[in-house]
This record gives sequence, structure tokens and C-alpha cells, in this order.
Amino acid sequence: MSAVPVLDPRNAARLDVAAIRREFPILDRTVRGGRPLSYLDNAASSQRPRAVIDAMSRYYEQSHANVHRGVHLLSQEATDLFEGAREKVRRFINARSTKEIIFVRGTTEAVNLVAQSYGRSQFRSGDEILVSWLEHHANIVPWQMLCQQTGAVLKVAPITQAGEVDFEAFTQLLSERTKLVALAHVSNALGTVVPVRKFIAAARSRGVPVLLDGAQAVPHMKVDVQALDCDFYAFSSHKMCGPTGIGVLYGRESLLAAMPPWQGGGDMILAVSFDKTVYNGLPYKFEAGTPAIAEAVGLGAAIDYLESIGMERIAAAEHELLVYANERLATIPGLRFVGTAPEKAAVVSFTLDKVHPHDLGTILDSEGVAIRTGHHCAMPVMEFYGLSATARASFAFYNTRAEIDRLVDALHTAREMLG
Amino acid sequence: MDLKDLYRDIIVDHNRHPRNFREIPDADCRADGFNPLCGDKLTVFVKLDGNRIADVSFNGSGCAISVASASLLTESVKGKTLSEAESLFSQMHQLLTQDDAPVDVASLGKLGALSGVREFPARVKCASLCWHTLDAALHQQEQVSTE
Repeated sequence: MSAVPVLDPRNAARLDVAAIRREFPILDRTVRGGRPLSYLDNAASSQRPRAVIDAMSRYYEQSHANVHRGVHLLSQEATDLFEGAREKVRRFINARSTKEIIFVRGTTEAVNLVAQSYGRSQFRSGDEILVSWLEHHANIVPWQMLCQQTGAVLKVAPITQAGEVDFEAFTQLLSERTKLVALAHVSNALGTVVPVRKFIAAARSRGVPVLLDGAQAVPHMKVDVQALDCDFYAFSSHKMCGPTGIGVLYGRESLLAAMPPWQGGGDMILAVSFDKTVYNGLPYKFEAGTPAIAEAVGLGAAIDYLESIGMERIAAAEHELLVYANERLATIPGLRFVGTAPEKAAVVSFTLDKVHPHDLGTILDSEGVAIRTGHHCAMPVMEFYGLSATARASFAFYNTRAEIDRLVDALHTAREMLG
Repeated sequence: MDLKDLYRDIIVDHNRHPRNFREIPDADCRADGFNPLCGDKLTVFVKLDGNRIADVSFNGSGCAISVASASLLTESVKGKTLSEAESLFSQMHQLLTQDDAPVDVASLGKLGALSGVREFPARVKCASLCWHTLDAALHQQEQVSTE
């Protein structure tokens, strides 16, 4: 890809945000009567740089054919691009082998795959799956469905008022019945960065495998699955500047190899007859049917783009935005932060006295400020705080202080209007 | 699209000071309404006198549009017959969802203040939740959802 001038010429440690923003066509548009767009809903879905859009267009214009099938040139090119994307993913999260990289539709499908393949074949009545109170519905409901199918039991580690998973309570819930731990790496609703290494160490010391829901972590920090020593790691492309419709399940090869296929169809087989079907090897065993090829190519381009900036720089820039947002928001009377863990991703969840989050969402939108309001697909978290909804601003490295200022101004407008 | 069209003075007033915001302990019918998108939850209580709505109230929590809409609903259907209330329900449904609805806004009285909601499609369900809940209460369903 072309070199992008992402560093501030005056200070190589800082990003040149103006140059970065020029790479994202959508950030240039205006909304609601000519107002600049302040896109602060990145935890729901990020935006795409031109490099990703172009990579997908180029693929469709030049190289599209089905993968792993034809001997013709286009099929070979498509296969090379698709498998090249898999290698980029492997390198990005430091997996040992591309056999450990399964392309799926997203984090949700990754968790469902583990539940239905690993869980359904292994778990028996009375076995336990341990999650935390922080989880997104995607890391709750697939386990509940599995529990209904197998008689396994879902256990939930509580959280503290600050929004941290209670480690002592977690270790007490680990037992000889625990067959899997499934934890968010970063909470989508609150932004809490869960110190997963100690949770993983506690689980693995008892021989319990660990799945991490990394949907909110991978876009914002360097993730190394070998250093984490987790068994499964799930994430989505669309939260990390890539296209929708594709995500990744990383699995430890020894576990994946022993797991039965999840869906049957083309590409996941070596030979089919009515007497006996021989399944394909990893990772194809879990990729039935024609995959999302252009989306994989787009994800590969997104990884190239993020790496051209550097995950450490991205994390630092986003942390600065978080600190600034916390300072500014704290000056608004009646604003209450929800989730105050010391280590957080650039997500701020809050409520405002006398103004319902849903009204906030509309009023902010009329000022061009896009945030998420509601339960954030984490209704247990809302229930824990006795809330039906919060407002959530979530930042990406392409956001600016001026956008946070616009958020703060719009919150004052909301207070005047409804408070 | 102007915010002032949505948050008119009447709406703001009814959100700050919702009317008939109470339970009717000996209600003849009641139903719970739920909007999963934003978490609005409300309960509508109805006390009947024959086929007339002798008293109506609500409680619960929600955004300004859903609270004000419920408050306005209680004021406008109290004393109405069941068929008059049903007719209001269908007029409100048209007012909230159809751009060129043949609705005589003036005849709706204060309810006409909700005519700005249709410019905000994401908020139509907030305004209509209480009406669907009233309808469910009168038809003896216990729960209604906007989904």
C-alpha cells in the first residue's frame, strides 16, 4: 500500500491526525444541515480508510473468482489474496500458524462456533462455563443455548462498582466442573480493559481453556495470542477499520484439530461419498461454503493500514482522547460516569441527570455528534448499575479534541433543553 | 429537521411533570410496554365505567418522548368511550407514521404536539409505545413490545 503520512512532522511520537482523517472519505461529509460529522460511535463500528475501500474495489475489478477451486488465473489470484489476508491476520495477532486462523462472519459467529463445535461435543450435564458480568450478549447467549442443549450450567463472575471483574470471586467460581472460561478482553459497554493474563493463568493452572472476546481490544491495542496464552480469541473486522461481514476465530491448533466441523458444505471436505465424507484439514474444516473473499482482502488491507500507523501509537493517541474527554465531561453538572476502572479503552459511558440517553442521542445527532445510546447489547451490565440505558462515546485514533468539544457543547444544549 | 419540532414546550413540560403518573391499584385492565431499542418500560392502568374510561394512568421510565406521549395519552383518553379511544389510537398511529396523513391535527388537541416525531424515524416507537400498551390493556394482553 502507499505510504501514508501519519506522523506529526514536529513530533514523531504523535499522529498527524489531519493527514489520517484525509484517508477516511466518510469523515469529510457533513450531516444535519451542513454540520461536520463527529463520529464517536467507534465501539459499535469504526470507519474505513480509502486503502480498505480501494483494496476491495480492486479485488472486484481485477481478481474476483471463487477460491480454492479453479486452475484458472483469476481463481489463483483470488486464492492468493484470500490466503494472503489470512497470513496478515496470523502475523497481526502472532498466532503460530495460519491453521489457527478461521475466517468467520464476526465475533458473534466465532463464539457460536466454539460453543457448537467445542462445547457441544465436550460438555456434559453439570459442566460449567464461566463468564463475567461484563459480557456482551454475544458472549452470553451462545453459552445459554449450549447449556440448554447439554445441561451445562452458566456461571457468572461478578463485577465491582468501578466495572472491573472481581478476580477473587472469579477464582472462587473456578472449579473442577468448569470446562471453559469465556471473557471479554475489553468491555464494550464500559471500556474496562480486563487484566486477562491473570484470569487466563488462573484458569489454565486448573486445566481450563479460555476464550477471549477481543472485539473491542484488537482495534485499539497490540494483541499477541501466544503471549496471552489463551485458547480461543474472537474479533470482528468492522471495528478495526475493515469491512463488515468478516471476523476471525483464533484457536489453539491442538484444540481446533480435535473439534468436529460446525457447518457442512463445500470447501470443508476432502472427499464426499454417500458412504463416507472426509473432512478437510485446518483451517478449512471450519469454513464451509464460499467465504467472504473481498471482505478478507479488505481486512488484510485494514491490518496493513493499522500497522502502518502502529498499534502502540494508536493506543497512545486514543488514550489521550480518553483523558481529554474525561476532563471535559467531568465539568458538566449532573453527568455521571458509568464504569470507572483504572485501565480503560477509549470508551466513555455516562448518564446525564433528567435527560434520558435516548433523548441525548437525538439532540447530539442534530449537532452532528454520533454516539451510541441504549443498553449496548450488555443488558446485565445495565442491570448491575440499575440503569436501562447509558450514552456511550467511543473514540478512534482519527478523532480529535474538537470533536470532543462538540460533544460537550451538545451535552450542554441537551441540559438546557430538557434538564 | 428542527429539534424544536420534536421537543416542543408541551412535550418538555409533560416530560418534566408527567400527568397521571401513578398506579391505579384496582385497575380493571393494565399492560406493560417495552421498547427494547432504548429500554423504555411503562405500565398503563385503566379503570372502566361500563364502556367508558373512568380513569387512566401510567408509570415506568423512559425518554422524554415516551413519557410525554404517555402523559398526553392519559389526559386525552380519560372520559372517552372505548371506541373513541380506539379511534384516537388509529389517528395517532397515522400522525406518527404517515407523512401526508389525513389527520386533523387541530382535532387532536395537545396530542398534535407529537406531530414533529415523524421527522425523527428513530423516535416514532418512543411516541407510540404508550398507545400500543393502552391497546393491549384494553384487549387484555399483558405485555407488548415495540419490536
